[in-house]
Amino acid sequence: MFENLQERLQRTFKSLRGQAVLNEENMQETLRELRLALLEADVNFKVVKQFIDQVQAKAVGQQVATALSPGEQVIKIVRDELIEILGKDTARVKFASQPPTVVLMAGLQGSGKTTTSGKLAHWFKNGGHRPLLVSVDVYRPAAREQLKVVAQAIKAQIYEGQVTEGNTATVERLAKEARREAINSGCDVLIVDTAGRLHIDDQLMEEMQSLKRLLNPSEILFVADAMTGQDAVRSANEFHKKLTLTGVVLTKMDGDARGGAALSIRQVTGAPIKFIGVGEKYDALEPFHPDRIVSRILGMGDILSLIERAEQTVDKKKAQDIAARALSGDGFSLEDFRDQLRQVRKMGSIQSLMGMLPSIGPFAGLQKHADKIDENQINHVEAIINSMTAYERTHHDVINGSRRKRIARGSGRTVQEVNNLLRQYAQMRKMFKQMGKGNMMRKLAGMKMG
Amino acid sequence: MIQTLFGSTENKPGLFDRMKEAVARTRENLSERIDEVVAFNKEIDRNTLDELEATLLGADLGSATTHQVLEKLRERADRKQIKDGEELKRLLKEELLAILTAANTPPVERPEGVPEVVLVVGVNGTGKTTTIGKLAQTLRSDGKTVLLCAADTFRAAAIEQLEIWGQRTGTEVIRTRAGGDPAAVLYDALEAANARHIDCLIVDTAGRLHTKTNLMAELEKMRRTAQRLIPGAPHEVLLVIDATTGQNGLQQARQFTDAAAVTGVVLTKLDGTAKGGVVVAIARELGLPVRYVGVGEKAGDLLRFDPNEFVESLIS
Repeated sequence: MFENLQERLQRTFKSLRGQAVLNEENMQETLRELRLALLEADVNFKVVKQFIDQVQAKAVGQQVATALSPGEQVIKIVRDELIEILGKDTARVKFASQPPTVVLMAGLQGSGKTTTSGKLAHWFKNGGHRPLLVSVDVYRPAAREQLKVVAQAIKAQIYEGQVTEGNTATVERLAKEARREAINSGCDVLIVDTAGRLHIDDQLMEEMQSLKRLLNPSEILFVADAMTGQDAVRSANEFHKKLTLTGVVLTKMDGDARGGAALSIRQVTGAPIKFIGVGEKYDALEPFHPDRIVSRILGMGDILSLIERAEQTVDKKKAQDIAARALSGDGFSLEDFRDQLRQVRKMGSIQSLMGMLPSIGPFAGLQKHADKIDENQINHVEAIINSMTAYERTHHDVINGSRRKRIARGSGRTVQEVNNLLRQYAQMRKMFKQMGKGNMMRKLAGMKMG
Repeated sequence: MIQTLFGSTENKPGLFDRMKEAVARTRENLSERIDEVVAFNKEIDRNTLDELEATLLGADLGSATTHQVLEKLRERADRKQIKDGEELKRLLKEELLAILTAANTPPVERPEGVPEVVLVVGVNGTGKTTTIGKLAQTLRSDGKTVLLCAADTFRAAAIEQLEIWGQRTGTEVIRTRAGGDPAAVLYDALEAANARHIDCLIVDTAGRLHTKTNLMAELEKMRRTAQRLIPGAPHEVLLVIDATTGQNGLQQARQFTDAAAVTGVVLTKLDGTAKGGVVVAIARELGLPVRYVGVGEKAGDLLRFDPNEFVESLIS
């Protein structure tokens, strides 16, 4: 499935190559594949439609960046848009001005509320807080027992209380008692684990509202399973309508679910995703990184990381400066030379860079050649330049025999290699100078860099 | 709604009302949508069917299954063979039903006098333990002797949870301490089932993500243990899937079938608004039948799967 999508997308890229401006027509194919990708990732179909329309409106008329094909440009817009939607105010946990800060956990059955409560308590403890756990799940068999075991494992305080009857009155009493206990025992955070409930269960949703009134929580976290499908919008929306969620915890992210529910939930509730659960251990709770989940939802990590690296690492301004100086005559120093090498390096190893390109279409056969590039050579050249003094790098003429010997020793290379490098550098300078003289060439170089 | 659709074992107006309310609240059901689309377009052509795509996708059928189902209808529509909305509904149901019934194979026959061993597997939080409690109730009310095995020794208080279900249904639970070896407690349970001539042994396992290779290998080990003590065991391996699960359900079914040779699916939490359409995709791709559906948290809230009623609920 995954390869298919990448290949299909690549085909659409190819057919679009050489077009400078995005229009409805040349985006259509890419957007169709994108729609499928999002649906396969379990993004709700209505959210998908809304999102694609949004992207299309934004993309039409945009210039295609020189480094990208129109298809890739669309994906780039999509990625940026997704990161923006998912990443907006991914604020930290809000604390109450008057402790205890109450965190109310909400969610459907089996989404992972109890495990997440434990992980959160662990997270608060690590941050120097004193959390108190309480389970008001008086319905599911052994639910309160489960939180007790969790609390023991992470050495967090728990308020157990007495339960004789499984009803809302008991739930409210437990909540009040736990709050008092938190104040009495000097705990600054109270984490309230609740029973899993269906969003259409009016009675239990009312209980949730009553808990909110009683406890005035700073955070109401909706715990959602990353594997949730199309129904995520409905459940999240109902919980949000009744409780006004302050954040979302996406659990079971250590599986292979694409996690499209994250986008659905974010779109319908507007509540930020604050944490993700990535394992069964109690430290397996991570802050949410929108960029990571975006590549997961789109399922085209390779194309995305290529786009990302290309735009992040090749510092266009710097390249332009170097080019201008090189072409103007004597400006191209060994320092500049090293900068250029580093630019190449930052793109990642050349092999892996080639490997990221799909082995079809315009890139077919490129991978084979990748093996022949000797990465070590680039490392050696950089080592040699690193062993020069700053003065030497800008005034290569002063590098005489004894300096060469010192540089060779410093870089762990031979004098011969130092000689070779200096010779090649001199040739390059000469070449640039000649290029600079021809006006044509300057224009060409300028265009490429710009 | 579901309760009546599936032919309830109990008469429970509370659930019925809740389901009816839920369905009423979802105004996007397929049946209404078809009426709407047909009323607007008058004639049934390709475009009419495109409109339905979203509704099938919205039920978690997935794009591949949705495409297959609609493609067949599109061919007919091209030849103007679909008269009206009613016929379109009927044909759509037929297509979905064909996929589900093709997969609906009965469990394997097992030798006389041997306890039936049912292994219950699935990812975390789908409702394995609750399903086992309800299954015990169903089998006991059929007059069978049942034994439960608490082989989820990993999750906090999982053993206690199963024990409470044991008490509720009057079923004995074979257990070990938390953190113990699941294969060892399974061994004890198998021996007990043999010695006491139990009709059915149901084995609870720890929830595990299908991507964790070592945990999946543990299931293979449990299978081997079962086989050694009872011929042909486990006779049924039930994969519990949460109705809210999206397309990842397919991946779960694939991986669990590889590791634990799943023979059937239990679709849980169908009392919510999720349609559980991913089981159609699972039936289509892996040929796995759905055996039961879970519609609540009470002991009686487990129903035998009926493809007709399920398709009806997918559409309505």
